[in-house]
Amino acid sequence: MIMTGAEAIIQSLKNENVDVVFGYPGGAVLTLYDALYQADFRHILTKHEQGSVHAADGYARATGKVGVVIATSGPGATNLITGIATAYMDSIPLVAITGQVSVPLIGRDSFQEADIRGITTPITKHNYLVKKVEDLPGALKEAFHIARTGRPGPVVVDIAKDVFAASFDYQYPNEVKLRGYRPVCEGDSEMIDKVFAEMKLARKPLIFVGGGVNLSDSSEELKALIEQSGFPVISTLMGLGCVPNEHPQFLGMVGMHGTYAANMATTECDLLIGIGVRFDDRVTGLLSEFAAKAKIIHFDIDPAEINKNVLAHLRIVGDMRWSIPALSQRVKDVSAELTEQVRPWLEKVRNWHQEKPLTYEQGPDVVMPQAVVEKVSRLTQGDAVIVTDVGQHQMWVAQFYGFKNPRSLLTSGGLGTMGYGLPAALGAQCGLPDRPVILFVGDGGIMMNCQELAAVAEYNFPVKVLIFNNQCLGMVAQWQRMFYGGRYSHTSLKGSTTDFVKLAEAMGVAGLRVTKPEELEKVLEQALAIPGPVVVDIRIPEVLDVLPMVPAGACLDQMMMGGAEE
Amino acid sequence: MKHTLAVLVENKPGVLTHISGLISRRAFNIESIAAGYTEEPDTTRITIVVEGNEIEQEQVVNQLSKLIDVIKISDLTAVESIQRELALIKVKASAATRSDIINIVEIFRASIVDVNRETMVIELSGDETKIDALCQVLEDDHGIIEIVRTGKIALSRGPVPAKDQ
Repeated sequence: MIMTGAEAIIQSLKNENVDVVFGYPGGAVLTLYDALYQADFRHILTKHEQGSVHAADGYARATGKVGVVIATSGPGATNLITGIATAYMDSIPLVAITGQVSVPLIGRDSFQEADIRGITTPITKHNYLVKKVEDLPGALKEAFHIARTGRPGPVVVDIAKDVFAASFDYQYPNEVKLRGYRPVCEGDSEMIDKVFAEMKLARKPLIFVGGGVNLSDSSEELKALIEQSGFPVISTLMGLGCVPNEHPQFLGMVGMHGTYAANMATTECDLLIGIGVRFDDRVTGLLSEFAAKAKIIHFDIDPAEINKNVLAHLRIVGDMRWSIPALSQRVKDVSAELTEQVRPWLEKVRNWHQEKPLTYEQGPDVVMPQAVVEKVSRLTQGDAVIVTDVGQHQMWVAQFYGFKNPRSLLTSGGLGTMGYGLPAALGAQCGLPDRPVILFVGDGGIMMNCQELAAVAEYNFPVKVLIFNNQCLGMVAQWQRMFYGGRYSHTSLKGSTTDFVKLAEAMGVAGLRVTKPEELEKVLEQALAIPGPVVVDIRIPEVLDVLPMVPAGACLDQMMMGGAEE
Repeated sequence: MKHTLAVLVENKPGVLTHISGLISRRAFNIESIAAGYTEEPDTTRITIVVEGNEIEQEQVVNQLSKLIDVIKISDLTAVESIQRELALIKVKASAATRSDIINIVEIFRASIVDVNRETMVIELSGDETKIDALCQVLEDDHGIIEIVRTGKIALSRGPVPAKDQ
C-alpha cells in the first residue's frame, strides 16, 4: 500500500497494538504530528519531553505493554535522555521515536540537530537512525520486538525529517530476522535439577526475588514455588509486590534500608536463590561479605548479569516464565519434606522479623511520614498503584505500604531519578484509568517536573499527589547528618516561597494541606474521594532518618536500627 | 591473561560506535581492536584483544553478545590459531646507516617499502613480540620517527570458521 513514512509509523503503531503515545511536537516531527492528527491517534501532550518519556515508562510499568514516546530532533530528543536512562536501568520496554534533521542536513550542525543515536547508545538496548523510508517498517518492527522480548529495555528510532514525508509501498514485516539477537527463553533443564539438588541439601535457604519477577509477570508461579518449598523470601525494591507483604514466609526488603530479618537472613543463609535480581550495590552492601556463608544460585534472562557483581555457584539463564515453573514442578513432589527440613530456620527468621519489625517513633504533634504511608495503605487496602519519586519518601513507601500485587510499585530503582514520579503517575493512570494511582513525592522532587500537574489536570487524570514536605532534601540531608558532620550544604528548602496548594490550584489541580496528625485521616479520605487530581501538601518533620540503614559499603548485618524501641 | 576474541558483527553503520561505547562504559581493558570486511558482504569481523582474568573475560563476551548487531563471538585463545599484526615503521636513515638497517630488516624478514635521503619505512607482519623486538633495535640504533600498528588479527587453524565454532 502506498503511503508516507509518517502514515507508515501510525500503521505500524496500530500493528503493534499501541493505543496511546506520549509526546511533544516540534519542527522535525511536523509531518508525523500531521499524520497523528489525521488518523486521530490518541496522543498525550505533556508539558516537557522529560514528562513524556517518564509517562511512557510509567504506562509500561503499570500495564506491561511497550510505552511509546515521540519527540522532535535536537533539544526534544535530548530532553528524553534522563527518561531513557531511567527505563534502561530498570529494564522497562520503551520505544522512543525521535525526529532527526533531513538527510542532507545531517552532520552539518544544522538547526536542532543532535546525534541522538550516539548520545543514547550507552542507555538503550538498541537504537536506529532511519535515513531511507524503505527501512522504516523493519526498524519499527525490530524496535518493538527488541524492546519487549528477552530482558526488556528502551529502543530509540531516530528518523530523518524527509523520511516522514517520503512515499513508498508500505509492508509491515511479519517477523524479525536478527542474526545477533536470540534471547534465551528456555534454558538448560539440567541446571534446574542441580538447583533442586541444592535445595534438598540446604538447611538455611533463602529465596531472593527482584524486578525480573515483576517484569515477567511470574508472581503467581513464584508464589507456588515459595509455598511448595517452605523457604523464606526476601525482595529487592524492584521485586516488591511479587510476594504479598503479609505472606508468612516474606521477610521484606533487603539491603541498605531493608528489614532486620531480611538482612540477617542474607548474612546467615546457606543457600541464596536469586531470581530476577542483579545484586545492585544498594542491596549487597560490602560485596565480599554478602551472603558469605551461602551457595549462590542466580536465575536471570540476561547471561551478562551472571557473575557481574556476585559470583554464582549455579546459573540458570532463561525466562522466568520457563525457569520458575520448571523448578516448581520438581519441588512440588517433595514439598512436605522440604518444608519440614527448613522449618527451624523459617521459625528463626520469622522470630527475627517479629522481634525487630520495621517501626518508627511517633513524635508529639507531628505528622510522621511512615504513618501517612500506613494510613494510605489502609485506606486503599494495599491495592492502589503506588508511584514514588526518589529519596526518603521512596524508602518509607517501600517499607510501610505493604504491597500486595505485582506491578503496584512504580519507582526509579536503578537510576534513582528525581522528577520521575509525577509524569510516571500520569502515564500509569493513563494506562489504568480505573485503578487508584497514588504518587508519593518529596518537596524537592515535585519541583523537578511540577509542570506536569498542568497535564494531569488538562486530561483529568485523577492522580493523588502526596507531597512529603519536610522543607529539605531529606535523603541527602540524612547522609550529611550521618557522614558529613551535619553540614547541610544546600539541602535546606526552608527559604522556599512555593505554596504547593496554590501551585496545584494554579494548574487546575485541587490542593489540600495536612499540618497536624489529627487532620491526616480526614484529608486523605477527602483527597481519595475527589474524582479528579489532587495535591496534598503534608508537613512532616525535617529531621528524620530512614532506618534501618546499612552505611554504603558496609556489611549487611551492620545495621543502624533506630525505630520505636530505642 | 590475554584473550583474543573474533567478533562477527552486522556490517551496518553505527556498529563500531556500539562496540567502542560498550567497551568504554564497562571499563573493559582492551589492548587492541581491528576491524575489516569478511567473505560475507553483510558481516564485519573485529578482532579484540582483551586483558583480564576469566571472570572479566566472560563479562566482556557476555556484554558484547548483548549488542543486537553482534552475531557471534569466538574466543581464539581456546583453540589453535594464527595471530598476526602489521606494523609500518619510519626510521631515521642516512646513506651511512642504510646498510645496517637493511641487515636488521633481513634478519627480521621485514621489508623496506620506502626510502629517501633521511628516512626509510619498514613493513613487518608477525606476532606482537617480533614487532616489539624490531622496534627496539631500530629505536636503539637509529631512532624511530613514527610507528603505525594495525592491532592483532587472528584466524583459527583447521576447517571450522569462527561463525560455526
